[in-house]
Amino acid sequence: MFEIRFHGRGGQGAVTAANILAIAAFNDGYDVQSFPFFGVERRGAPVEAYTRLDKKKIRIKMNVYTPDAVIVLDNSLLSEIDFLYGLKKGGDLIINRGGVEKQEQYNGYRVSYVDATSIAIKNKLGTENSPIVNTAILGAYVKVIKNVKLNSILDAIKDNVTIKTENNLNAAIEAFDNTVTGVF
Amino acid sequence: MYKVMKGNEVTAYAAMLSSVDVIPAYPITPSTLFPEKISELIANGEMNATFIPTESEHSAISVAIGASASGSRVMTATASQGLAYMHEMLAIASGMRLPIVMAIGNRAISAPLNIWNDQQDSIDERNSGWIQLYAENNQEILDLTIAAFKISENEKVHLPVMICMDAFLLTHTMEAINIPDKKEVTDFIGKNTTNRIILDTEKPATLGSFASPEYYTEFRHQVTVAMEAANSVIFDIFSDFKKRFNRNYDVVEPYRLDDAELIFVSMGAVSGTIKDAVDVLREQGKKAGLLRLVAFRPFPSQQIKKYLSMDVKIAVIDRNVTPGYDGSVLYAELRSILYDSDFKPEIIDFIAGLGGRDMTIDDFIKIYTLAMEMNADSNHIVWEQLKPLGEDVS
Repeated sequence: MFEIRFHGRGGQGAVTAANILAIAAFNDGYDVQSFPFFGVERRGAPVEAYTRLDKKKIRIKMNVYTPDAVIVLDNSLLSEIDFLYGLKKGGDLIINRGGVEKQEQYNGYRVSYVDATSIAIKNKLGTENSPIVNTAILGAYVKVIKNVKLNSILDAIKDNVTIKTENNLNAAIEAFDNTVTGVF
Repeated sequence: MYKVMKGNEVTAYAAMLSSVDVIPAYPITPSTLFPEKISELIANGEMNATFIPTESEHSAISVAIGASASGSRVMTATASQGLAYMHEMLAIASGMRLPIVMAIGNRAISAPLNIWNDQQDSIDERNSGWIQLYAENNQEILDLTIAAFKISENEKVHLPVMICMDAFLLTHTMEAINIPDKKEVTDFIGKNTTNRIILDTEKPATLGSFASPEYYTEFRHQVTVAMEAANSVIFDIFSDFKKRFNRNYDVVEPYRLDDAELIFVSMGAVSGTIKDAVDVLREQGKKAGLLRLVAFRPFPSQQIKKYLSMDVKIAVIDRNVTPGYDGSVLYAELRSILYDSDFKPEIIDFIAGLGGRDMTIDDFIKIYTLAMEMNADSNHIVWEQLKPLGEDVS
């Protein structure tokens, strides 16, 4: 079983990212689950969402405690929340660096950075002040964690994102091409 | 066709596939996505039905009763306080023998206000004369809902059905489900033939009339008789379902019961987690098993006796509370029907998973250990996840 935790803020599309990843992974032959943090959502407040994939039938119905990967959609969360909580040693950490150049290393994890914010703004996703970065971050996910194919993500975006579909596809591809792992 | 969907969306799809005519609904967390999805399906032209947004849950079930009484196939959804607000109308629906299907997003009851999952809301309505089926996953939500229309419209039954699905664990969780063709579903359920007394000016009849002491007892008894009949009707309909859709259901589901020394008894989504816990325990050489109740009303007494009348320990997972009684509802009912069985198992009640407190594989392994350490003198009512008063919960 492979478990992914998304951290974002209300309105950035973390829940949709978790759902699209699940749909893409299902089309790649996995059994899947995705769900939001079971709570009350407010725009701008920290949100969490989760995806589970497994080659076997997934039967458990419980929270994700020890994810294999953590994905941070908003740079400002890094100083605000304990985003590393439960992340397995050697697990993947993918961070939207949001235009910031200098990046921190987190020992014990494989860290990847992508400027999903600039990619989203360039592709006119959301506004300059609150860009919707979820499709870009999924491009970064498949670049780093190769258990789901880029084409499957693109197909899932085509089938499920009805607004600015082309822009979202481009954002995912651009992020795929511009995600850097390990060297900063 | 496979599709990855949230439990609430599955419920709406099940309504569409089942050719529901009328959907009156009032939104409440965690069931809100049901009326949203229904109105979307109707607006897109995928579903041909009348959606009636009402001003309250009480009105939603009242409209459902009126529409069903006039011969329509009807579905609605609610949860928690919404279901409690419907309370006085629930026995009217069953007393008038109306085949309404209602999805329940199982959620805690206030106070304190809590939007999360336990099963207090539907368990509180166990005397309402509604059949209650509990789903473990999203595929079951679809399958049980489709089956529910056929069960409720069966002439031996003519009772309303609740399809119970745990808040968030199912209502908001996306899973892949196999969606049958609408034609297959139509062939299975059959047309809404209204083989029952309805409000029809051509054939005038009275529904929900006044019944004096000379008649009332017999009406109540008839509901009980229908509920008893439902047991074998459900069995037959599940058999037919298996032939057509190749998915197998029964009113109970045994899991690894062979030579089990401890058997968990549960209902709903948490049963999936228990199955994984049972596998972990078995790998450690610990003989655990699970008996999951799919039907809670009618209570599957015969099947429970068949599987549990033996020298085992039973750990009941009770996600509800009955203040003032020793133990919660599932425990009490299970114990009662095993009273006259040949072998009396040792039954322990674990009250847990209230108001959304997560239940993990580790929790069930701990429950196994606790139960195996107990003897006849132990307290058999355990508030498993209770924190000491004053403990910092942050």
